[in-house]
Amino acid sequence: MNSARLEKVEEQLTAPESVSTREGVSHGAPARTADAIAARLPPLIIESGKRRLGFGLGDLWAHRDLLYFLVWRDVKVRYKQTVLGVAWAILQPLLTMVVFTVIFGRLAKVPSDGEPYPIFVFAGLLPWTFFNQSVTTASNSLVGNAALITKVYFPRMVIPAAAVCAGLVDFAISAVILFLMALHYGIRFDAGLLLIPPLMALTALVALGAGMWMSALNVKYRDVRYALPFMLQIGMYVTPIIYPLTFIPERWRWLLALNPLSGIIQAFRAAVFGRPVDWSGLAIACATTVVLVMLAGWSFRRMERQFADIV
Amino acid sequence: MQPIIRVDNLGKRYAIGRREHSLTMREMIVNAFTAPLRRMRSFGRGGRAANANGADHFWALQDLSFEVAPGEVLGVIGRNGAGKSTLLKILSRITEPTAGRVEMHGRVGSLLEVGTGFHSELTGRENIFLSGAIMGMRRAEIVRKFDQIVAFAEIDDFIDTPVKRYSSGMYVRLAFAVAAHLEPEILLVDEVLAVGDISFQKKCLGKIGEVARGGRTVLFVSHNMAAIEALCTRCLMLSGGRLAAVGEPLAVMSRYVAEGSATGDGAVALQTHPGRRPGDTPTMTRVELRDGSGAQSGAVRMGEPMEIRVAYRAERPVRPVLGSVIKTSYGAAVFCVSDRFCGRLAECAPRAEATVACRVERLMLIPGSYSIDLWLGDAGDDFDVIFDAISFEVLPADLTGTGRLPPPKYGVVFCEAEWSIHDA
Repeated sequence: MNSARLEKVEEQLTAPESVSTREGVSHGAPARTADAIAARLPPLIIESGKRRLGFGLGDLWAHRDLLYFLVWRDVKVRYKQTVLGVAWAILQPLLTMVVFTVIFGRLAKVPSDGEPYPIFVFAGLLPWTFFNQSVTTASNSLVGNAALITKVYFPRMVIPAAAVCAGLVDFAISAVILFLMALHYGIRFDAGLLLIPPLMALTALVALGAGMWMSALNVKYRDVRYALPFMLQIGMYVTPIIYPLTFIPERWRWLLALNPLSGIIQAFRAAVFGRPVDWSGLAIACATTVVLVMLAGWSFRRMERQFADIV
Repeated sequence: MQPIIRVDNLGKRYAIGRREHSLTMREMIVNAFTAPLRRMRSFGRGGRAANANGADHFWALQDLSFEVAPGEVLGVIGRNGAGKSTLLKILSRITEPTAGRVEMHGRVGSLLEVGTGFHSELTGRENIFLSGAIMGMRRAEIVRKFDQIVAFAEIDDFIDTPVKRYSSGMYVRLAFAVAAHLEPEILLVDEVLAVGDISFQKKCLGKIGEVARGGRTVLFVSHNMAAIEALCTRCLMLSGGRLAAVGEPLAVMSRYVAEGSATGDGAVALQTHPGRRPGDTPTMTRVELRDGSGAQSGAVRMGEPMEIRVAYRAERPVRPVLGSVIKTSYGAAVFCVSDRFCGRLAECAPRAEATVACRVERLMLIPGSYSIDLWLGDAGDDFDVIFDAISFEVLPADLTGTGRLPPPKYGVVFCEAEWSIHDA
């Protein structure tokens, strides 16, 4: 029996040889000699509980090509599978705006710093909707990409980051509506508009911080899925979106300032309506954002080593 | 020469008893409160706590040390559950070891699955870029190799069709083509080659051989002994998470085959079987084989009945569904008998503890040694899966009436046939 087995082995032994010569696909330059490799690259060390330094933003940059393709995949697939497609990006904030205008603007008569309430609330809803969507998709992103996580290595942070970046596309689309509304209400644009891209980048950082934190927690505790919508809802009310900051009594405003989105949305509105920007509020928002991203990055990297085993 | 991979006392421990699922917050809170209590109680009983060294953990890999020289093609063999996949997952940085250290010099590419990162809604072209990026290629690199990849996959006409419309063969060809054009110094390959048609499998093997001849280092996990023999310069055998043998491929392989055919007395206790799928709750307690005379035996004559009897004990009464796959000593599946497909016991009264018997009427296998994978579950779920649960020997019988039987190299199944001749 054994000799028969060996014959079988020999038959197959010759097969790949002939295939590869017939195929003749060249593999480019042959690999550099191993000694050269060893001299050139620092060795990759794998150890249990090995400390990873930094907050992972360097990893993100090193894998920007992957980030780009994941964002592109998310955007493409999202719009391929829906009937209304891009319209959703517009409809969602638009309908929310209508509802809020009726309830808070007309019925509750919430003040709006002298601007027409619809555009006032829409200017606040735009960054918020982006934040809300990004954090929600990011929080499910690791679990949703479990097949990838268990089969191939790359910095896991790329996955929630891609979810956040994909949200920017929706934001860009709905920003067109804001622009049209501004034309309708006869708002004159000025240099303040230049502030919008950096403000969105800042919002994206806040979303990245919250999103990656939630995504990592969600791998371990599936409760996040239930708790997050609730937390986001509360978040919306402690951010000056449906009301102006001036609506809050002076002595409580410092509390709101701890919420980075509060400063960002204030500045966003100021930029849209051509009003003076509250730079100190924005500076606080930047500081809290940096703290949030650092904390989130640090805790993400601590949890990421377990992802493949428990997801 | 300096080794390109050095593995030192590597170990990986998994928790068992519960499936590797994520905890909910409630379980966490309950655990936090009950753990100290449990510990105290077990302390009172003499400290037999189920702790890190105890029963609720399991070492998928333990005390593993080896080195790989640059340019070497190392085959890794072992039965299911021996720790091969765990090793590859650690080397490719997907999971972290519990103990030990690995040092690698050079870029590492891993190919643990065909089609990693493919999205069915996207076209072939889009998936090449996506999958390439996921496996670590730069965009420029993919652009440069794009035509090669398409040519290798032989799908030119369908490159702009969503891959969900691909035949499974096309899908696999494209997926492998992307992976095959990675150019790392160290390539880790799992059993991804057991896919696609024969000619494509040969092409894949050829590609791996080419990579190896290009001076790269390859770690190749497979059950396909022929492939190991053809490609590898050295072979490593794992058994129960430990290094069992390393050396010349032929020597290690013959040891592997020999170990597989060590025929027992036809019964194996299953509570602590090394082939159990990690995380499964031990439900099957014993397997027994019976020959044509109804006696327990590790050897069955070909053409005669064989009975597989599996005893189980479950937490609650179940209608058991038993499945067994009969495999050659090389690990190739020959046939499967499973009540999942027959449903003969679907109406039985649920039992928490029983023995399920499955009788194969005529065992038409060519003499040699075989091994059995077992599954036990209910209508919806597999509770307990054990690979290579038991092995047995098939004894020759003169079914042809001439005293001659076809050799195993023409297939391991024996079929009876009628012969006639018809004038032209």
